[in-house]
Amino acid sequence: MPTSQQSNEVSAKDAVVSPAIGLRGWLRWIWRQLTSMRTALILLLLLAAAAVPGSVFPQRSADPNGVTAYFDANPVLAPILDKVQLFDVYTSAWFSAIYILLFTSLIGCVLPRTAAHARALRLPPVPTPKNLKRMPAYKSVTLNTKKSQDALLAEAQALLKKQGYRVAREGEGSVGSVSAERGYLRETGNLVFHLALMGVLLAVGIGGGLSYSGQRVLVEGESFVNNLAGYDSFSPGTFFNESQLVPFSVRLDKFEVDFYRDKTLKNQANAGTPTDFRAYVTTTLGASGKSTNGRIRVNEPLSMPNANIYLTGNGYAPSITIRDSGGQIVYSGTTSFLPQDPNYTSLGVIKVTDVPKQYGIISFFYPTVGTLSTGALTSIYPDAALPLLSMNVYEGDLGINGGQPKNVFALDIKNMKQIAGGKSGVKGLRLQLGETVKLPKNLGTVTFDGLKRFASLDVDYNPGGVWVLVFALLALAGLTTSLLVPRRRVWIRKTETGFEVAALARGDDPVLEKVVSELVSQLSPNKTRVTKVAKTAIAKKQKEADE
Amino acid sequence: MNSISLNADLAAVSRLVVEGAMLVYTFAFLTFAYHLSQLASTKKSVRAGATKLERAGIILLAIAAAIHGVGVVLRGISASRVPWANMYEFSITGSFIVVTIFLFALTIKDIRLIATFVAGFNLLILGTADTVFYVNVKSLMPALQSYWLVIHVMVAVLATAFFNIAAALSIAYIFKTAKWVKASKLKLVDLMRRILALFPTEDKLERLSYRFNIIGFILWTFTLIAGAIWAERAWHRYWGWDTKEVWTFIIWTIYAGYLHANATRGWNGKRSAWLAIVGFVAILFNFTVVNLFFKGLHVYSGLK
Ligand code: HEM
Repeated sequence: MPTSQQSNEVSAKDAVVSPAIGLRGWLRWIWRQLTSMRTALILLLLLAAAAVPGSVFPQRSADPNGVTAYFDANPVLAPILDKVQLFDVYTSAWFSAIYILLFTSLIGCVLPRTAAHARALRLPPVPTPKNLKRMPAYKSVTLNTKKSQDALLAEAQALLKKQGYRVAREGEGSVGSVSAERGYLRETGNLVFHLALMGVLLAVGIGGGLSYSGQRVLVEGESFVNNLAGYDSFSPGTFFNESQLVPFSVRLDKFEVDFYRDKTLKNQANAGTPTDFRAYVTTTLGASGKSTNGRIRVNEPLSMPNANIYLTGNGYAPSITIRDSGGQIVYSGTTSFLPQDPNYTSLGVIKVTDVPKQYGIISFFYPTVGTLSTGALTSIYPDAALPLLSMNVYEGDLGINGGQPKNVFALDIKNMKQIAGGKSGVKGLRLQLGETVKLPKNLGTVTFDGLKRFASLDVDYNPGGVWVLVFALLALAGLTTSLLVPRRRVWIRKTETGFEVAALARGDDPVLEKVVSELVSQLSPNKTRVTKVAKTAIAKKQKEADE
Repeated sequence: MNSISLNADLAAVSRLVVEGAMLVYTFAFLTFAYHLSQLASTKKSVRAGATKLERAGIILLAIAAAIHGVGVVLRGISASRVPWANMYEFSITGSFIVVTIFLFALTIKDIRLIATFVAGFNLLILGTADTVFYVNVKSLMPALQSYWLVIHVMVAVLATAFFNIAAALSIAYIFKTAKWVKASKLKLVDLMRRILALFPTEDKLERLSYRFNIIGFILWTFTLIAGAIWAERAWHRYWGWDTKEVWTFIIWTIYAGYLHANATRGWNGKRSAWLAIVGFVAILFNFTVVNLFFKGLHVYSGLK
């Protein structure tokens, strides 16, 4: 690599002194710069730095509510940050620019090296250098007993071959030698690693384009069909096509939660921690009509054709019936309440529209009700041991006629008047399971009929995932090979009085000197005198010597 | 309905044992520090007596490690699972692995001189764990109930231990090569210079650091992949730039930069040593600040 840098400098100078080099010369120069090791290094560090703000500011992809909240809290700053894409860091122009440059550099770097490596694999080891003493590991041996050159070099050749070296015999006459090299796998691993990174990037990109992700909240007993209309929200990849959705339906039969109970009462902090969530479902494949029972847990998604169904949330869904003053049912249904804390204090909204004057209810649900020191209600245990609903009622425009779809979990009370709870003068409503209470202003009655649970399901499909994994594992294998397989050259030369052994590492090699000493002892008959020991002083920088 | 059993009494015993280990680490640390100061002495007779001190320090360190190990195992038994599911547990297990790797590495490589650092570092980590991160044993939240907890977290902790030792070697390298250390006439710096003179050569420090870092990097790469596989199971996508994923990526990229630096002229030596230190600072940051103050899916410090 450093050699290519030297030539960079040369061509840069050329470009300055002779403008005749022109556009092509410049392009070449830029390309060389881009594919230099130093550029790769700087781009890597830039990429690391550029990833940081994405962990500081909320990101639209991971935390859209956080972004909204940030806008509310910082109305002046947020739009400026948004301009420079700080809420979409990982798809931003600047982040993309860095990794695209990096991967361009990678291709420009790796392809020529692959070609060079392919050539090197077919060439014999380099000729033995004249002065072996200058190598980082070196020993010279004086033999007491005469050994013919042929015998010695043949023995060395066989020995090295057995140890996995590629070996060449050189020179005739009195100073023949053996040149050997091993560890070509190191470079192969390195190339596989870099190419596999390319594969990861492609698989991430293509897979992401073909993927989709849909969300659906199901109350026990409800079902949904796997088509666009079946989802509460849906985010398709760029190349997504609706025909990818295989027709099937999913029914939530039952949802179970286990909470930890402390029998010894010594570890109160852990009481009520959920230990398991289980969604029991029945799935029906559209074409065959065949139904199957299945179970979904956290960490255990359910596989369907072109889809995996994950459990991402859960909560309570009280059944509520509202009658007008004449006893006529004006609202009846099971409403999902969003949990607000670990004890499942939950918030739900009911909108009553089939009446002369619309009204809405903001309701809290407490699975095991308790009272705070302030007098406010709270839930003290997540299981439904002592369930209670509290309700505040608002009269006025629900905003439903405006045609804009409204969030089912929120009530916009800007244009409404509170008629029960808060400062309205009328106490908020409280209902235990099975109870019926009167609504204010003679609006009728409300009944807390029953209690169910709901599950939030995520249906996801990403055909790229498995390829990302394949390339990632390939990269890991390449990396390990490239970092742990030592690559070295070894030379053995016959001298007048005996022989000398030298070795040179290409890259890091913890056992270079040991290799030399072992070769010496393997090639020496018992009573041999070793005259010179390895001269580590010269081993100053293995890499420098490597050039 | 619930087969998990938590034993709060045993957890309390485990905590006591870990605190006992801290006491022994303190003695080990003081012994090593005293040993270094003796070694740096100008008197030959003082220096000659230092070797015994060092041996005593290593024996103390091994005893501390053994007690520490008992504390970790008891914590696991008290929770009926692997003892690495919240910050307190990561800390006690991680520091135990650091000292184990160090003691093991001592038998193949002469890295005795960073013993002071290892003992001091473990003391610091355990002190923080005991006072700031401590939580009683808890059952696992459902997302953590997976064999990936065993694999992914174990390998991450292992990688961190390797990076830790490498960072210690790089810090020694930085001091050893620093111009101000070489030139300063201050008494304190002079003492430091004499201590540093006892360390392996610059080249050796650099190469040792590199070897610990490559093992760390391979393990970290595996951590990243295993994390993505687990995320696909638990969070319905293999990668979503969650804060913790972001920092795993940042750390990986910094160390990839470090490896390139080692092969780039003008970037090996000091610059690459700095990169190794920056990488480790990022790991510490990821473990402390990101766990405690950043928002994300990985909320398992166990602290409210
Ligand atoms: C996505 C960008 C890249 C990443 C994540 C990356 C990562 C790595 C890693 C982890 C290593 C050490 C493991 C090994 O030797 O196989 C490495 C080595 C290497 N990389 Fe990259 N690399 C990237 C891009 C590049 C580019 C653009 C170049 C060319 C300019 C390059 C050239 C090299 C070389 C020559 C080595 C071997 C260094 C040695 O001899 O130790 N890499 N890279």
